Amino acid sequence: MPGVVDRHRGEERFRRLGLAAIAISMSFLAFFLVSIIGTGYGAFIQTAIKIDVDLTYQEVGLEETFTPEDLAGVSYRSAVRSAMRTLIPEDLGRRESRALYGLIGAGAEFELRDIVLAQPELVGTITSFWLTASDDVDLYNKSGLTEASAQQTRLTDKQIEWYSALKTDDRIVKRFNWTFLTGSDSRDPEVAGVWGAMVGSFFALGVCLLLSCFVGVLTAVYLEEFAARNRWTQFLEININNLAAVPSITFGLLGLAIFLGFFGLPRSASLVGGMVLALMTLPTVIISSRVALQAVAPSIREAAFGIGASRVQTVFHHVVPLALPGILTGIIIGMARALGETAPLLMIGMVAFIADPPTNLTQPASALPVQVYLWADSPERAFAEKTAGAILVLLVFLLMMNLFAVILRRKFEK
Amino acid sequence: MKRANISVLIIATALGAAASGDVLARDEIRVVGSSTVYPFSTVVAERFGRSTAYKTPVVESTGTGGGFKLFCSGVGEDTPDVSNASRAIKSSEIELCAKNGVTDIVEVKIGYDGIVLANASGVAKYNLTTRDIFLALAKDVPNGNGDLKPNDAKTWKDVNPALPNAKIQVLGPPPTSGTRDAFAELAMESGCKTFDWIKAVKSNDKKRYQAICHSVREDGAYIEAGENDNLIVQKLDANKNALGIFGFSFLDQNMDKVQASIVNGTEATFENIADGSYAVARPLLFYVKKAHLDAIPGLREFVVEFVSEDASGEEGYLEERGLIPMGGAERDEWLNKVLNFNSMS
Repeated sequence: MPGVVDRHRGEERFRRLGLAAIAISMSFLAFFLVSIIGTGYGAFIQTAIKIDVDLTYQEVGLEETFTPEDLAGVSYRSAVRSAMRTLIPEDLGRRESRALYGLIGAGAEFELRDIVLAQPELVGTITSFWLTASDDVDLYNKSGLTEASAQQTRLTDKQIEWYSALKTDDRIVKRFNWTFLTGSDSRDPEVAGVWGAMVGSFFALGVCLLLSCFVGVLTAVYLEEFAARNRWTQFLEININNLAAVPSITFGLLGLAIFLGFFGLPRSASLVGGMVLALMTLPTVIISSRVALQAVAPSIREAAFGIGASRVQTVFHHVVPLALPGILTGIIIGMARALGETAPLLMIGMVAFIADPPTNLTQPASALPVQVYLWADSPERAFAEKTAGAILVLLVFLLMMNLFAVILRRKFEK
Repeated sequence: MKRANISVLIIATALGAAASGDVLARDEIRVVGSSTVYPFSTVVAERFGRSTAYKTPVVESTGTGGGFKLFCSGVGEDTPDVSNASRAIKSSEIELCAKNGVTDIVEVKIGYDGIVLANASGVAKYNLTTRDIFLALAKDVPNGNGDLKPNDAKTWKDVNPALPNAKIQVLGPPPTSGTRDAFAELAMESGCKTFDWIKAVKSNDKKRYQAICHSVREDGAYIEAGENDNLIVQKLDANKNALGIFGFSFLDQNMDKVQASIVNGTEATFENIADGSYAVARPLLFYVKKAHLDAIPGLREFVVEFVSEDASGEEGYLEERGLIPMGGAERDEWLNKVLNFNSMS
């Protein structure tokens, strides 16, 4: 037998090891968060340029009375371009003009169109608008304008000169980037946003939740409370446990073969995405629900039977409500995993450029992690911060779901 | 009882929502195919969606081969309308298409893409020949007696005494990538052909010729860096000795970080790729199912938008994204074919 001193020393050693393990994992987490937030916060800030757009009747080619269709048909592109030209009182060649137009974002003309369509009374006036700057100007403006950033930029010397002139004129500001939250996928970083992907994720998770809730919980209840213990149920049990460890892309292949190939459901639809994700989360939900049901004390069942309750009454009036916190936790953790999955979606065509947000379950949709994956692969430099920004949005959602799980558990445990 | 009613209601609405969306009628264009054409195709798709009443086409990046597999799986609304490609369609793929009833296909060339070998800027630029590239990266190289030996070149100096004494370290795409195929074909094979006896092998044993010219060494000198070209650029920035292989559009976006090597005495510039003097360049194309032209709303207009002067013309918006447009006469010839929607012969 080791002496007391030895045992105490052993205890101390173990405690230190434990602390070291925690410290290491915390530092990894901290490193991850710092680097993601450090790159990603820029996605929530955008640069805007103030330009004075000449919307007089003659300039936009409208009569005093005009219909909304006329207004929609105005060339906002040339309106923005001539406004840019008036900013710089120089005679510019073709190439230089193009460089000048390169300062304003590719979506500026559409921004202007939306504002004017909403406020037709602006026609006939010369009005100042804050319109989104191009991604290169945005990066340059956010980089802090040090010597190093001046070398890193893709702006030409001439463009930097114009930029500085606009800056001293107070025509350049940084503002909160609402577009990032309300826009959908775009190939222009300054226009791109996560809304479309969020809607797609929401639809897919909704389908996934419905399916895995009903199928998963009922399977667990049946297996745990009603099924006889024999070879057949044991076989099922082993298979469900094995399914939980299958790589997620396999479920994508299954979905491709069955939902698209056999049932002929549309490719890229969030309905199919949700079904595939449900296949993936089912084993998790079943296993955690069964564990929760097992944890309900047998005395509860016996008491219910004792006063003459039927099996169904016992299960649904007493056992399931008591197991609910555990079941819900399992479902929400399964959902959180589904939210972060891209691999199964790859096979069913949800990893695609989809610019219109879906309005129903059968329309093409992407998902948040898909958006991260696609942006990470884009050549434009400004997508680096958008990628990190989208990861932040995804993390916030995961955090909210986990928080929700905790709240539910607290509520039901009372 | 009440609770049961609610759950029945939820299931019913879920099923109803699933059924109500028209599963069959498709009103958006579906594009699949090459990851190299993807950045251009998506830009056109987005502009098309914004400026017309049609929906924004859905573009999937499946790789050229994967794209043709889907494209050739049949005619109908559950198959894609357009397949992007970074090489011409193969005869085996045309056969597959024909077998599944896809017979009338319109071929559209949109321009060129160059593949560059780049290193971090700020250090000396490499001046390579395709022969150097072959000798540095091939799995087996000629031993001088009309036979092969395993490639044992460690430094660029071993390959060609005129080159710097730096370790051979090349980051490039994996074998599944179209860029890798094109690199093997355009850079390695053209260097490989400079050995007369290998060239002679081609006529009597094509398989062996391919194996000699296209096999990349696996001893760590060529590092597979995944499909993400941004990652390669970042790694080059961190490792000043390494070279990386990626498309011209990534060079164009990162001119401040990386510089392209000179190949066969020609710089990898926009002009040199467009006029064909830069050796490692390939055509970019897309293929359209003629049977879908009338069935899918907007498909015709999408093709017209893609080949318009504004898009793939000499000062079009695709040029800003790194596409290298075709020159005047070639462009006119293609426009003539495409705008009449002539099928491939």
